[in-house]
Amino acid sequence: MAGQQHKSEFANPVVNWIDTRLPIFTMMQKEYGTFPTPRNFNYFWNFGALAMVTMLIMIATGIFLAMNYQPNAALAFDSVQRIMRDVNYGWLIRYIHQNGASMFFIVTYIHIFRGMYYGSYKSPRELLWMIGVAILLIMMATAFMGYVLPWGQMSYWGATVITNLFSAFPIVGKPIVTFLWGGFSVDNPTLNRFFSLHYLLPFVLVGVVFLHVAALHVVGSNNPLGIDVKTPQDTVPFHPYYTVKDSVGLCVFFLVFALLVFFSPNYLGDANNFIPANPLQTPEDIVPEWYFLPYYAILRSVPNKLLGVCLMFGSILVLFVLPWLDTSKVRSARFRPIFRQLIWVWVVAVIVLGVCGANKPEGIWVVLSRVCTLYYFLHFLVILPILGKLERPLPLPESISRPVIGGGGPMPSGAAAKPMEKA
Amino acid sequence: MADPSTAAVAHHGHPDVTKRDFLKLVTGSAAAIGVGAVAWAFIDYMEPSKDVLALSSVELDLVPITAGQGVTVLWQGKPIFVRHRTPQEIKEAEDVPLSQLSDPQADSARVKAGHTQWIVLIGICTHLGCIPLGNKPTDPRGEWGGWFCPCHGSQYDTSGRVRRGPAPLNLALPPYAFDSDTKIKIG
Repeated sequence: MAGQQHKSEFANPVVNWIDTRLPIFTMMQKEYGTFPTPRNFNYFWNFGALAMVTMLIMIATGIFLAMNYQPNAALAFDSVQRIMRDVNYGWLIRYIHQNGASMFFIVTYIHIFRGMYYGSYKSPRELLWMIGVAILLIMMATAFMGYVLPWGQMSYWGATVITNLFSAFPIVGKPIVTFLWGGFSVDNPTLNRFFSLHYLLPFVLVGVVFLHVAALHVVGSNNPLGIDVKTPQDTVPFHPYYTVKDSVGLCVFFLVFALLVFFSPNYLGDANNFIPANPLQTPEDIVPEWYFLPYYAILRSVPNKLLGVCLMFGSILVLFVLPWLDTSKVRSARFRPIFRQLIWVWVVAVIVLGVCGANKPEGIWVVLSRVCTLYYFLHFLVILPILGKLERPLPLPESISRPVIGGGGPMPSGAAAKPMEKA
Repeated sequence: MADPSTAAVAHHGHPDVTKRDFLKLVTGSAAAIGVGAVAWAFIDYMEPSKDVLALSSVELDLVPITAGQGVTVLWQGKPIFVRHRTPQEIKEAEDVPLSQLSDPQADSARVKAGHTQWIVLIGICTHLGCIPLGNKPTDPRGEWGGWFCPCHGSQYDTSGRVRRGPAPLNLALPPYAFDSDTKIKIG
């Protein structure tokens, strides 16, 4: 690029001066202004933007909470109560942060489901998908450590149980747990490091989200039909079409968020966390936050400690290889009559697992969580690889724009046999 | 950015105003109000909290402080000088012509009527915020027998008024009241 100066096309002289030397305005215009985006998005495509907004809200509220929070086992619980009672609008900022975690997982889970339903993980978007799974893992670690900080009973015993998961591994298990705790039980050193990491990880998350978005802007968005963009007619510029569509979704999202924060801020919380941490007494039943319940049910469904832990971690790690487990060339479930039904069976299994996780592991709940755990893995490891070979997909439309603007008429019937071309 | 709709035909005799302009204005305003409302909560969050405000007054028993003695108490994180002045110190403070002062103020305006032996000051030099010496009888009190700031040599008289720079103003007075003849409440 030596000697070749970037020619900016912005009319505003200040913007032009900056843009000539550092073309950030050109970049924004290219990536978020004129960025060609498939014209047929439905509202499922809102949830990436919603997750991004939630992440920023969590970082903003978290930074402010840290101004008044004391990461010390003797002071932590009272400092949170002080935020709730004495600090101006502390209740608001904390309730936004507390319920924001739930909102973050709701929109992220829907975002992931969108990817699974419309086959967004398939070539050429495998890496994009894998970065997304990494984001989920970082989110989970961050949420777990954040939940420990108020230092209530559920914080303390949640931390104890989750860190003890690592004791399942033979030989190295116990030393790992001591290392995680920085002592011989969950105590002040544990709280200090969890606070430090809870502050750090969101910024790591921002970095990985940047990679996620960068990867997306290289390969382009998938769409509800799951077919590739072929002509400029198949796309519309991101602005104003999808900035506006995202804004509509954002309004609904804020409505739900506000209902939660202002009318039932503790609906998703646990009453035990209003009791200060007591290392001498475990609450009657330990239940994780709702977004961890399915994994918790998988953990408890297996009578063997090590196997349970492996299955729990495996339930997320299996997502990394999903692009290769699903052998079908057709992306969107719309054109996969059998997959379209089985994906919902999988969703039901996950929800039932969540309900199982919220109940005591006895009677029917043990049976149900075992059946659903089995189905969860069956779906990924057996059904998806085989179904891709057996299923006969419906005919794919010729292009994204054709059913919308192009001449009408019936879809070509011969398209069924035509395999998806690689982008 | 070529906007296809701005070229649309305008109505009602406003050739340059389109429906799109109106929608942009309304959307922008709604967003600005929302962001502003939330921003207010975040700004107010950093103001003193209720527990800090609750600790904003202290009471002091004056009985143990004999004439010529001073004590320093902490109020809102600041040192408060409470000094029991001798009759001579009171007379010196009252007799100074206001023309000699760089920040003219009568002694009567700096003490409570009927309690002229008590002077209550915020013990922070008005120059750059050091704590002047002189509240203890063993401290240097400067030429005017009041307070002496070790940082840059400002001197205050027995009424806490600045007599030699670089401090620009007299020592400030905290809000306080006599609950009884021997007890004050600061703040």
